[in-house]
Amino acid sequence: MVALTLFKEAADMIREAGGEKLDNCYQCGLCTGSCPWNQVRSFMVRRLIHQAQLGVIDFESDDLWLCTTCRNCVQRCPRGVEIIDIMRAARRVITETGTSKIPDSLRLAITNIAGAGNPLGQPPEERGDWATSLKLKHHVNSYTLYFSCCIPAYEPKVKRVAMATAQILKVAGVDFNILADKENCCGESVRKAGDENLFRSLANKNLEAFSEAGVKQILVSSPHCYHSFKNEYSKLGAEFEVLHMVQYLAQLISDEKLTFKKEVKKKVAYHDSCYLARHNAIYDEPRQILKSIPGIEIVEMSDIKDNTLCCGGGGGRIWMDTKKDERFSDLRIQQALDAGADVLAVSCPYCMLNFEDSLLGFSDTKPIEIKDVVELICEGLS
Amino acid sequence: MSSLKGKPDEDIKIGVYVCHCGHNIASTVNVEEVAQHAKGLENVSVARDYLYMCSSKGQNLIRQDIMQLGINRVVVAACSPRLYEQTFQNVLRESGLNPYLLQIANIREQCAWCHEHGPLATEKANRLVSGAIKRVIHHSSIEEQTVPIFPATLVIGGGIAGIQAALEIANSQQIVYLVEREPSIGGHMAQFDKTFPTLDCSACILTPKMNEVARSPYIRLMTYSEVVDVSGYVGNFTVKVRRKARYIDEDKCVGCGICIEKCPWSTDSEFDADLGLRKAVYTPFPQAIPNIPVIDRERCVYFLKGKCKACEKFCEAQAVNFQQEDLYIDLQVGAIIVATGYDVFDPTPISQYGYGNLPNVFTSLEFERLCSPSGPTAGQLKLADGREPKSLAVVHCVGSRDQNFNAYCSRVCCMHSLKYSHLFKEKTGGEVYQIYIDMRCAGKAYEEFYERVQGEHVNFIRGKLASITPDMSDSVDEEKLVLTCEDTLLGNIINVTVDMVVLGVALKPRSDSEKVAQILRLGRSRDGFFMERHPKLDPVATMSEGIFIVGCCQGPKDIPDTVAQASAAAARALAMVVRGKMDTGAITASIDENICSACKVCSALCPYGAIFFDETSNVSRVNRILCKGCNVCGAACPSGAISTRNFSETQILAEIEGVLV
Repeated sequence: MVALTLFKEAADMIREAGGEKLDNCYQCGLCTGSCPWNQVRSFMVRRLIHQAQLGVIDFESDDLWLCTTCRNCVQRCPRGVEIIDIMRAARRVITETGTSKIPDSLRLAITNIAGAGNPLGQPPEERGDWATSLKLKHHVNSYTLYFSCCIPAYEPKVKRVAMATAQILKVAGVDFNILADKENCCGESVRKAGDENLFRSLANKNLEAFSEAGVKQILVSSPHCYHSFKNEYSKLGAEFEVLHMVQYLAQLISDEKLTFKKEVKKKVAYHDSCYLARHNAIYDEPRQILKSIPGIEIVEMSDIKDNTLCCGGGGGRIWMDTKKDERFSDLRIQQALDAGADVLAVSCPYCMLNFEDSLLGFSDTKPIEIKDVVELICEGLS
Repeated sequence: MSSLKGKPDEDIKIGVYVCHCGHNIASTVNVEEVAQHAKGLENVSVARDYLYMCSSKGQNLIRQDIMQLGINRVVVAACSPRLYEQTFQNVLRESGLNPYLLQIANIREQCAWCHEHGPLATEKANRLVSGAIKRVIHHSSIEEQTVPIFPATLVIGGGIAGIQAALEIANSQQIVYLVEREPSIGGHMAQFDKTFPTLDCSACILTPKMNEVARSPYIRLMTYSEVVDVSGYVGNFTVKVRRKARYIDEDKCVGCGICIEKCPWSTDSEFDADLGLRKAVYTPFPQAIPNIPVIDRERCVYFLKGKCKACEKFCEAQAVNFQQEDLYIDLQVGAIIVATGYDVFDPTPISQYGYGNLPNVFTSLEFERLCSPSGPTAGQLKLADGREPKSLAVVHCVGSRDQNFNAYCSRVCCMHSLKYSHLFKEKTGGEVYQIYIDMRCAGKAYEEFYERVQGEHVNFIRGKLASITPDMSDSVDEEKLVLTCEDTLLGNIINVTVDMVVLGVALKPRSDSEKVAQILRLGRSRDGFFMERHPKLDPVATMSEGIFIVGCCQGPKDIPDTVAQASAAAARALAMVVRGKMDTGAITASIDENICSACKVCSALCPYGAIFFDETSNVSRVNRILCKGCNVCGAACPSGAISTRNFSETQILAEIEGVLV
């Protein structure tokens, strides 16, 4: 075996790119043990951290692109090591120095976002098309903005989430606005994928658009937009309130601005998304909503709330290829089936996309329905 | 019927008490059956079983029977007498019975815990109880004794352990002699730069205590002195101290230091771990207590060649006295606290680390001196060629946790290694590598210090260092060292190139600890450190009554533990000295002078030095205070002249008969 020589500069680059807490790791391995990847394949998070500490990290390794930033390791880490920041920093080093290759599928999504403001590469002027039939207000100065996220705006399988959301807001008489072609991807996953510069540029464009429209309150469908606006844009000078739809709608329901007229006779398992649950400690509101819809019986899966199982879509993984037998979303659907659910309820477009894809692999034509919480509200309203 | 003679005439009424010990005994032994069995035996008035005999309710059962039924012998069938014999003796004492009219049958450790088959275990328990019953018939009252304690304490060793113990005793206004081998008190702690985890300056927290020693009217400080002999026993030790000739009159010297200034001869400074120089007349360090120099006879050119006396010429106080001789003085003390400290491991035998050959490989103690503002470099880190090092590797477990050298963990090295990282970063801003096997940071605020140092960008490489070699690569002009080891966390061999290496060397027993153990009649554990009486429940006392051990002479430990242990030993010594007397064991040997044939086998075998030969009456005699009742003498006596109280032949044979018949 050839002896490794430590490369201090590599460790320093990672530290400077955001991995300051790298040194505090004492190599206990709890991160590896907590990482969902190890349910489907080996991913030695602990070793990767140590390689980063000593600057002997292999920047060409595919391992650097595995982390879904689900935060299970970070919340348990006994030394408070921000493992996600370290993964992000290592990816940033690759992106900014060109040390090695970015995975093709990820590079395509990032190119699309850089060019068109959305990962699908769809024309920006079509971003508001989902709302055409609903006759919503566009570009009008408004206190409240509904920011749909790119996936519900363009992706045919998920568009129904944006439409259901807008319908509910109309029923409740909420005065709100959408920015359509003025919106850009929030950049949350772009940042986690290591492209800090693109993230900054997206954030600046969005902040400018929000400011022009005089927005004071933003309602979002995606936990990733929520996290980004609330925790990252705020450090760039944002001064608006951010609410995820489950928070806003739970309030409307408790204020009796929404009243249910129809029973929804279904057993529903709620899937906590990583970015609502572990990143932002929002577990109760979606369950309150489901509880208030007449007819719904909530069943719980084995991994819930801050122990939730990631769908596999965070950290830019939503745009990357995952081998068929290595998808966490498959495991999650099985958990929902084991809990006896008819519906797997979500509150994140990435989760929805991953679960819909997973369903294609099940031999039973449709063993379970995937629905956003807002869709179930709609069913109870009509 | 007992066939043994000497059965007492009195009316023997025995109470038998069988303990369940929760499930400990009762799950294997049928305790009710044992009690029933005992009831049927001769002289047994009452036999009971109870869940926990040691509980106050259990004790009350015995107490009531003694009071109400007139029980005059007690058998407790329970756990080992090592645990509860004293408790039950106390029950007898409080109830008006002599505590030695008790016999314990150990049916837990020696029966329930070592057997699985219930009926057979019960049968064995029955026999053990029968033996105890037969034996206790022959027990008689034994008077307990006390020994007067002379109101003075000796502390041997003036490091932080000895200083702390001496101060605690002096603060209670009791006389204490503090004997230190070196010219000044202070010990290793005086050599350290900073102390973990708070990074207090070691001298700053030690010097006030040293000054307090000098000031205290209750402390008789004797530096440059050694204990050469100890005789007597607890409460009344006679200690012979050799006061080495200082060649400076302590009463005349004013500590001006002119002698040191004028002395033309220099030699390696032991205090600076031989990295710096001192004069032939010297005080080891600036804050020395007492601030009185010593003339080193081995180095002084006057002693070597008969010429010089520069010091004498300049000493205005006329304190220099080349005619001084060693003095031997006798001290009388009641208790002794041993605080003789440790030596550091010499890493030369680990040849692959190159200590002694590679000039930039240092030991931890040497690094302490290099960091210290009072050290040979005034606190500046320098390599052999005078450059400031830009990188440092600290190697853990050098001579520790290694069966080739010392199997034990030296306990302080992980923490001082972390401290070195911090000091090196602070002084040079350079790169630091810790090469460790495990990080052991068990102590208050220690783990937090570890985390703090990690946060200072120190590299931690897990593995035992394989080798240190000079860097031979052509690109390097300056002398560098290459360290090779496996990083066991990566599973890769790693090479680390640095300017400087510190070996975290083991703490070892003093090289003369065997001799000191002989003088004080102390035991040593396998690692060579002095042996405590009980590793958990009595870690400061020794098997020698009245002698206590504190600090690193008992085993490697850090300053907080040392200070705590020193205070504990002081409290133990004070408990004796202040009360003025002490209870000692009643179970001791006695020699029938009419039978003794003066062969002296007994005195040669006695591990406590308790038997002495009386030349005038030509018989051996037992010092009851020193005797521990081990009965080695009794077993060895060819004339059968020695018996140990409560272990008479009659008692032992009766017990055997009870077990067998």
